[in-house]
Amino acid sequence: MELIRLENITKTYQMGDIAVPVLKGISLSIAKGELVALTGSSGSGKSTLMNILGCLDRPSSGEYWLEGEEISRLSADGRALLRNRKLGFVFQNFNLLARTSALENVAMPLAYAALPLSERQTRERAAEMLARVGLADRLDHHPSQLSGGQQQRVAIARALINQPPVLFADEPTGNLDSKTSEEVLRMFENLNREDGITIIMVTHDPKVAGHAQRNVSLCDGLLAAEAACAVSGWQGSAGGRP
Amino acid sequence: MKIYTTARTAFKALTRNPMRAMLTTLGIVIGVGAVIAMMEIGAGSSAALAKTIASMGANVLIIRPGTASSGGVSFGAGSTTTLTPEDSKAISRECPAVKNAVPMVRARAQVVYGSRNWVPNAIYGITPVYLDIQDWSILAEGEPFDDRDVLNGNRNCLVGQTIVRELFDGQSPLGKEIRIKNIAFKVVGVLTQKGANMMGFDQDDVILAPWTTIKYRVSGATLANANQSSDTGGGAVNTLSNLYPSGGRSLYPDRSAAQEANNPMPVRFANIDQIMAAAMSPEEIPEAIAQIGAVLRERHRIRPGESDDFNVRNMSEVTKTLSTTTALMTNLLMAVAMISLLVGGVGIMNIMLVSVTERTREIGLRMAVGARSRDILRQFLVEAVVLCLTGGALGIVLGHGGSLLVQALLDWPVETSPAAILTAVLVSAGVGIIFGFYPAWKASRLDPIEALRYE
Repeated sequence: MELIRLENITKTYQMGDIAVPVLKGISLSIAKGELVALTGSSGSGKSTLMNILGCLDRPSSGEYWLEGEEISRLSADGRALLRNRKLGFVFQNFNLLARTSALENVAMPLAYAALPLSERQTRERAAEMLARVGLADRLDHHPSQLSGGQQQRVAIARALINQPPVLFADEPTGNLDSKTSEEVLRMFENLNREDGITIIMVTHDPKVAGHAQRNVSLCDGLLAAEAACAVSGWQGSAGGRP
Repeated sequence: MKIYTTARTAFKALTRNPMRAMLTTLGIVIGVGAVIAMMEIGAGSSAALAKTIASMGANVLIIRPGTASSGGVSFGAGSTTTLTPEDSKAISRECPAVKNAVPMVRARAQVVYGSRNWVPNAIYGITPVYLDIQDWSILAEGEPFDDRDVLNGNRNCLVGQTIVRELFDGQSPLGKEIRIKNIAFKVVGVLTQKGANMMGFDQDDVILAPWTTIKYRVSGATLANANQSSDTGGGAVNTLSNLYPSGGRSLYPDRSAAQEANNPMPVRFANIDQIMAAAMSPEEIPEAIAQIGAVLRERHRIRPGESDDFNVRNMSEVTKTLSTTTALMTNLLMAVAMISLLVGGVGIMNIMLVSVTERTREIGLRMAVGARSRDILRQFLVEAVVLCLTGGALGIVLGHGGSLLVQALLDWPVETSPAAILTAVLVSAGVGIIFGFYPAWKASRLDPIEALRYE
């Protein structure tokens, strides 16, 4: 079943008088339950595509269908609601709130839900999510008391608390060593396989991309398959971004 | 997002950086503290000032007899004699808005001491209460006469500074005898210097004596000869009849029993020239006037529809000065208080702006997980208001403590003012909203992509 469909998406930034096209017409379809790696060299437009997919930005033209809904023209508030209900985000630098317990970090998106839960329900739900990522004994730890891998797992729990169908991960292993990277990726695979969550990862790292079922490679604002550039253009160092 | 959750989030965000929150609040604490302290000390000073001005006569009412008229010719204020010492007693007893009242008799006569003579501006026959009303109780020398002197018509008197200068050449007059219209008075006290009043009338050129003495011995007037047609005051000078009033005979025939029944005459033992009354406070003057009017109309048996046989005058000039001064004082304090709150508010705005910049990534993250811009706006606004209200509460405690300290150490008058506290709370919340709005608005306008990428 098709979850995401992009039709000829373009994005052009205006730098003063000069229009800079970043995405030049991307058509893409992602089925429910896929684990997709989005790759490409820097400047290829993969971050911009990620932002559009994540409803953080609007395309200049083209259509974006998410679960059968055309959402490329939604207002900022509409997109905020959509992000809250249907999308989860995992970032390279975790983006946890400092001096805030893991539990509260995980519960944070619930505060913006359309139907707010009671205090107790919120705590229960957050604790449950943390247990699922294997941090049941770290509920009251602050981010500074957690290792990088644990922090990323807290971030994953936070991304999943509203039970979104899609999870976006922007260089999720960029700040982790290879062993914890492996753990996080295995967690992604489990979530993908057991809960049927569609996962879209942006990465430099071919090893990370290797965990995905499908690689979508970008080059100069177009899908690499359609562009006239070498597929080997995205050779990255093992540690991700320098 | 419920307001409760927002408040809790805001509170948590603040406790995450307690030092910064404390420093931010300091501006408001000092601002509100200054407002409270100033309002309380100011209210105290204002009350003290009002008391001082009131002592100049702002709360004094003069009750004078009304006019007599005959054949369309009006004789002017004071031309009838309708007031009695009993009226004065009734006013101070029955009018709640009147502190006290004193009957007054005026005379103008030559005063002789040894080889010197002088005609004072006024010779007042009074009771000792007059000194309280005029705030003149503290004498330069000697003691005031008392109520028994008034009852007995004793020939004791108090003299003003001008009299001391003119008659005694600056020597102490205590125990000396002066003669007023050939009646010997003993000087028992000397009044303090008061200077001229607002009309330029020398208030020190005065002699005060029991009203009974002035009435019966100096003016020589009794009920029988007090009315205009039989006034003998100007007639004989220096005769024995003034010393020992004979109580003359009425020019009119006695009234018949039927006349007595139809028009009962009030039993009056004496007439007085005016009554001086002091209202409880300058604000209560209108009430006092109304109450005095009611009491006197009843006592004088004036029917509804008939005009008063008396006039009540107040010192509107002084009252106006008083209200102007009080308003000026209040406005001055208000201005200073507003400036300190403004400074506190700008402090809040500064720190909130810094806080927004510092928390750009947090804002981006919150937006990414579904916060709408109005959620962000509300969060920062609530944070600012929480800061300001906390600061306001601390400020109230600090300001009140400060004013109590001032009272204890400097012995300044201080008045606790619930209005000031309420104002401070409202104003601090207002400051939070006004000065928190710009940073909050700025935060809500952040682009989530930029904010997430912010280093």
